[in-house]
Amino acid sequence: MTMRFVPVPLLTDILVWLLVASAVAFGVSSKKNPLARAAWRRIGRNRPGVVAATILVLFVAVGLLDSLHYRKRLDATAPGQSAVYAVEALSLLDAIAAPLKERNEKTYSAPLATRSYAKETLETRDAAGVVRGVRDFPRLEFGGAHLGEDEAGRGRDIVKKILVAEVFAAALFALIAGGTACALARRGAKDVRGVDLSPARAWKAIWCGETEFSWNAVLGVVGAALVLLAPIVFLCVDYHVFGTDKVGQDVLYQILKSVRTALVIGLVTTLAMLPLAIVLGIFAGYFRGWIDDVIQYVYTTLSSIPGVLLIAAAVLMMEVVIDTHPQWFVTAAERADVRLLALCGILGLTSWTSLCRLLRGETLKLRELEYIQAAQAFGVGHARILLRHILPNLTHIVVIALVMDFSSLVLAEAVLSYIGIGVDPTMISFGTMINNARMELARDPIVWWSLASAFVSMLALVLSANLFADAVRDALDPRRAG
Amino acid sequence: MFAYLVRRLLYAIPILIGVNIITFTLFFVVNTPDDMARMQLGVRRVTQEAIEKWKAERGYDKPLFMNRAASGAGVLTDTIFFTKSARLFVGDFGRAEDGRDISKEIASRMGPSLAVAVPTFLLGVFVAVVFALVLVFFRASRLDFWGVVLCVAMMSISGLFYIIGGQYLVSRLWRLVPISGYAAGLDAWKFLVLPVVIGVVSGIGASTRLYRAFFLEEIGKDYVRTARAKGLSEAVVLFRHVLKNALIPILTGVVVVIPLLFMGSLLTESFFGIPGLGSYTIDAIRAQDFSIVRAMVFIGSVLYIVGLVLTDISYVLVDPRIRLE
Repeated sequence: MTMRFVPVPLLTDILVWLLVASAVAFGVSSKKNPLARAAWRRIGRNRPGVVAATILVLFVAVGLLDSLHYRKRLDATAPGQSAVYAVEALSLLDAIAAPLKERNEKTYSAPLATRSYAKETLETRDAAGVVRGVRDFPRLEFGGAHLGEDEAGRGRDIVKKILVAEVFAAALFALIAGGTACALARRGAKDVRGVDLSPARAWKAIWCGETEFSWNAVLGVVGAALVLLAPIVFLCVDYHVFGTDKVGQDVLYQILKSVRTALVIGLVTTLAMLPLAIVLGIFAGYFRGWIDDVIQYVYTTLSSIPGVLLIAAAVLMMEVVIDTHPQWFVTAAERADVRLLALCGILGLTSWTSLCRLLRGETLKLRELEYIQAAQAFGVGHARILLRHILPNLTHIVVIALVMDFSSLVLAEAVLSYIGIGVDPTMISFGTMINNARMELARDPIVWWSLASAFVSMLALVLSANLFADAVRDALDPRRAG
Repeated sequence: MFAYLVRRLLYAIPILIGVNIITFTLFFVVNTPDDMARMQLGVRRVTQEAIEKWKAERGYDKPLFMNRAASGAGVLTDTIFFTKSARLFVGDFGRAEDGRDISKEIASRMGPSLAVAVPTFLLGVFVAVVFALVLVFFRASRLDFWGVVLCVAMMSISGLFYIIGGQYLVSRLWRLVPISGYAAGLDAWKFLVLPVVIGVVSGIGASTRLYRAFFLEEIGKDYVRTARAKGLSEAVVLFRHVLKNALIPILTGVVVVIPLLFMGSLLTESFFGIPGLGSYTIDAIRAQDFSIVRAMVFIGSVLYIVGLVLTDISYVLVDPRIRLE
């Protein structure tokens, strides 16, 4: 018996999962350190920060679901034969959102519409049985198809679905909120005054914001998300909630797919950037002398080339390599994936200089401190001093820089895709969505939904990343933490 | 001071050589001229003769570093490195794919670029300083809080949306100014208003927040307390004492981008059809015209290094305590 599917671990999938796992591991392991614990507590008390973090977790969850790829076995395989698998690599998200992915219309349609955006000549049979061509908006193949002849019942149907969704959302929220309160009480959590919490008291403490961690912010975001997202989930089965684009693809599906691209760009880039910045920054600051001169020369040279141009030059060269070696890639998804990975690498290679400069400066300061001199006097080796005494004291700078870079990388992706040096044109991302949608405003009546959806979802992602970055900086930066 | 500047400029030479080596490696070593020819002529069904012809027309048929076939100095000068990379130092940028002289093209496109970039830059700094002053004047109030939130929200919107939204609202819906285009002379103003305003608005969130931080840092200093203790009003303290001192980090921070204004803005120019260096660069990237991209990389690095030197000079000019040794 062969499997129904075969997993296809794309490179970016592995890296994204590894990064998220190591971020979680880093968070858990830092709990042992009292200073780090205090910093976590400061973030937990920062309400805007917790709100932003909760929203980010939702985005990351979507991205992670979309980072588990597999290939389906084709049904046509005869029993004796070896299994044949589909060429297209699907993700778990594609499987969950299969209705969104598969039900494509012919072209544009407005959000929640039952009819297409463009008129077509429809053949109708009149009373005498004569076929006649009429110019009209054709019914959509899938959007509102369940209504049948009763197109006028659309408004009622939508309101009914929203109401059901809200009832469902309320029930689910009550379950989650009650569960949180009970879990807090059972864990023996205390409120800010140090009073033990019973489930009922725990609920009150959460509501009034008297818990150590801002649980009310988390539950507020979860509640708001349920209220907003439940109707979308309930409606997306029968309608195109955010409309369809030029080739009839559901815009909601495109947004879900864009999240992964944005996450990969924002996370994997740091992987390319970190080793260079940390190793070179620490070496330059610690050893000084000619090592410092060489490293300074390298990063001054790199940073003197305008960023976009350096990226453009590198991406153009990468395209030449990919185009002249088509034999390297089996599927289009793999080619797009390698291109995305290469883009992350290029972005990382062009953006490590500022972090490197920061780390060099901080290391210069640290190496003059007494405890380092004491370590040197005891005969501790360079490697040990760097790893045990200098690197841990630089973590806050690294973490702050990483979190702050995330949002600018997501924004950069959109601009690069517009210029034509971003992700593969076949890969769905915020950049390609905006790029495809920007000419649509010139149509009459205008096609606003693609652009508006991309705008709102990108704003939600970048704004929460920015707010979270502020919270992390406030908590970790010793000059700010009062 | 003079000796320092000379040393600084001398230090620029190895950096420019480094830039040159990086671009040369990217454009000629990672990919051979053969690859580029295939790219330009279409990957499939291209004959070796066509490639050779393409290379010969553009002078890519020479050896990379050493030409053993040539005689005398030609061993070094009759090579791709010398003709394509070393010549950049004397301002010889060669020809673009369409055969036009890149230097001439750059000279004629500088004007429109500056016409957009300079007003955007000046207005942007001015408006951000004013907003930051207002926020600081009402610091720790509700206005300050929501002002900062607004700044963060504005920072979180992609520059593309500002341009697309602005063009749609102002040019299409209200029909106030033409959507895109450019005219020489004084008629240019109606094409410039919208790009400048959008440029200012899209940059305002980040700079207001940064300048507010500068002002707040300054306000915590001892001389401000002294000024208040003398009985000066908050407005006088802010405008006469804090403003002057906070302008130091603001001015020295923006000096580095002044030379880069020559490069124009990629997005603005290409969306508004302004024939400047930014749209020239974007067109070159899209057409995969390597000679233009190489020239722009070189010019950009030169301008950045000039900016660094200007920053050093500006430190001395605005703060007499600093001496460059």
